[in-house]
Amino acid sequence: MLDLLAGFVTELRNAGLPVSLTENLDAMEAVQHIPIEDRDAFKYALGATLVKNSAHWRSFETVFEVYFSMRGPEYKLVEGSEDELEQMWREMQEQMKQGDGRGSSGGMDALTPEEIAQMLMQALMNGDQALMRALAKQSVQRFAGMEPGRPVGGTYYLYRTLRNLDLEGMLQKLMDASRQEVGGELTALEERLEKDEYESRIEQFKKEIEAEIRRRLVADRGAEAMAKTLRKPLPEDVEFMHASRDEMQALKKSLYPLTRKLAARLARKRRHGRKGPLDFRNTVRHSLSYGGTPAEPKFKYPRPAKPELMVVADISGSVAAFARFTLMLVYAIQNQFSKVRSFVFIDGIDEVTDFFKGTEDISEAIHRVNTEADVVWVDGHSDYGHAFEVFWEKYGKDVGPKTTVLFLGDARNNYHASQAWVIKEIRQKARQVYWLNPEPRSYWNTGDSIVGEYGAHTDGTYECRNLRQLEAFVEKLV
Amino acid sequence: MAPRFTSVQQVREGLRDVNYLADDGIAGVAFLADRLAKPILVEGPAGTGKTQLAKSIADMTGARLIRLQCYEGLDESKALYEWNYKKQLLRIQADKNSEGWSEIHDDIFSREFLLTRPLLEAISAPDPVVLLIDEVDRVEVETEALLLEILSEYQVSIPELGTITATQIPMVFLTSNNTRELSEALKRRCLYLHVDYPSMEREKEIVLTKVEGITENLADQVARIVRSIRQLDLKKSPSVSETLDWARTIMLLNIETIDAQVAKDTLHVLLKYQTDIAKAAKELSVDLV
Repeated sequence: MLDLLAGFVTELRNAGLPVSLTENLDAMEAVQHIPIEDRDAFKYALGATLVKNSAHWRSFETVFEVYFSMRGPEYKLVEGSEDELEQMWREMQEQMKQGDGRGSSGGMDALTPEEIAQMLMQALMNGDQALMRALAKQSVQRFAGMEPGRPVGGTYYLYRTLRNLDLEGMLQKLMDASRQEVGGELTALEERLEKDEYESRIEQFKKEIEAEIRRRLVADRGAEAMAKTLRKPLPEDVEFMHASRDEMQALKKSLYPLTRKLAARLARKRRHGRKGPLDFRNTVRHSLSYGGTPAEPKFKYPRPAKPELMVVADISGSVAAFARFTLMLVYAIQNQFSKVRSFVFIDGIDEVTDFFKGTEDISEAIHRVNTEADVVWVDGHSDYGHAFEVFWEKYGKDVGPKTTVLFLGDARNNYHASQAWVIKEIRQKARQVYWLNPEPRSYWNTGDSIVGEYGAHTDGTYECRNLRQLEAFVEKLV
Repeated sequence: MAPRFTSVQQVREGLRDVNYLADDGIAGVAFLADRLAKPILVEGPAGTGKTQLAKSIADMTGARLIRLQCYEGLDESKALYEWNYKKQLLRIQADKNSEGWSEIHDDIFSREFLLTRPLLEAISAPDPVVLLIDEVDRVEVETEALLLEILSEYQVSIPELGTITATQIPMVFLTSNNTRELSEALKRRCLYLHVDYPSMEREKEIVLTKVEGITENLADQVARIVRSIRQLDLKKSPSVSETLDWARTIMLLNIETIDAQVAKDTLHVLLKYQTDIAKAAKELSVDLV
């Protein structure tokens, strides 16, 4: 048991979760107090002692699932036991047989795909958890076509399984069925609720399938190897440029609490950095009420001016996600700046400040930026040089000594002219000029990337691959 | 000291008896906290019953609840203890002539002149207590250090008096709304519990137990609509307490089934931002037509 836990903690650390020695000891003690055969309790005991940040919970869950899944009978922590499922299958078969009076024999393998679909629909309709789990198992076995030792990721099998099940169509069928059941049309509200209900059930079913695939992969390749391939970066470490859709969702979710934290921290910093010299005039003025004794000293508190911010972002395909997150972050803490203006470009440039003005909904504004902004000049391939030139012509006069200008992009210029003189000019007028690049530093200045050429004229170029780096930069900026 | 709980199941049932529906995670962590004699750090969105959990545990074990509400600027004299200097002055004046200096000096720093604040009170109490340190993320990072001694050793050191050690180990709950990252030192000393919005089934049960006279059907509808709303991308998702308010509103209005119009008219109980309300109203009614 000790070895097992130690291995588990090592794996957690490998996945990037900070686990201290005391926490490790706590976990060891905690598991002694709970019945070991209760898998859920075991999981919560480990979670409560080892994971101290809710954003890390998902990573923990994955590691847990892999590490404590079937690893041969001696380690097996009782797990929705196989036999039970088989048993249930058989019972269901019986029922089916009696139901439609057919004598189809040979257990679940004999079912046709249509029958499986039929049963799945039944299960989803009634929200029958056990049946859903059994069906997930069955469909993976049947559709995923898993071969031992084949070096393919779990997503591939997942895709294959889902393609065969046609869950989209299933949703439609379920809706139709429930409509029939009521007899006639549902009101819009009811329809919406039904749909949400089924969607959540289907989502659950997908999770079952995923878990099943994972279980099989672990059985095939061993837990250690699997843990390595499944190791997902923590939300704050996900790279903007390579995030999958799910990761994007997770990023978006973790952005909001992050901005709140950041805003609270910045406000606090602002309030605390208030130690100033004695304000002599004010102290004398207040001493009058004490008969001329300066009993209440007054100080000159520094009032640091809030910077004015101009964000100039490349929103071409490769770096769009990065620009989106930076804009979101900047606007979420915009009360830390006296003014924020934003510009987006691909090969043409457009001001998008107004999109953010009327609305409180930042994601809505971002959506409008992506769809409405006029950023294409010739062919829709990044041309930093032309964009900067136009920027200088149109908005250059607005850059003043209070302005901080922020350029976002990978500086992959498709071998166009760089027009780096614009940055130089801007730097002379502006308070500060920074360049944020979402690419890893090792890729800079390779191929058509000319970040070095631009960077020479800025006050700093920063690598901004993930939320953590972005957050650190923004804090520094304010 | 004898443990308070015998099993996770017992915690769960006990909480149910005082009208708090815990899931396995919550009950399990509460059970462990008792066994390991460790504080629980409860984190999660506002209005998911974090504070209520501490209250319910107190209720269930028949313990007294001592609550320390945290805020910026909280200090030692409000959280731990303070010398009652008025009383000390009186004492000195009363014996102006009789006793010697050293006697008075020793005397005025005795327990009699100590004002206990919540933390000290919690560990010096002879009866069972539950200590709730509410919204711990509101204090500054430096002030957090105040809590460390009491959380790990269950003792308070007072320079003039010595160390006061707990007579019995209280259950300690810390709640946090996650407005800032708590220090590692604090987290390390606690068990961590994240309370999220409940699943639809649990929410329905919560509505059923907390709102008197609501029908099963209506509670089901409420829970389902709330779940749909939570799936939207809102500024602030409705919390459990807001769900309950909404259910009560609907009861007051004598509505038997919720249709789109009713939902639209009462959304402001559930959501507190105009943009959110508009968005939800749009999603719920026009959506599929």
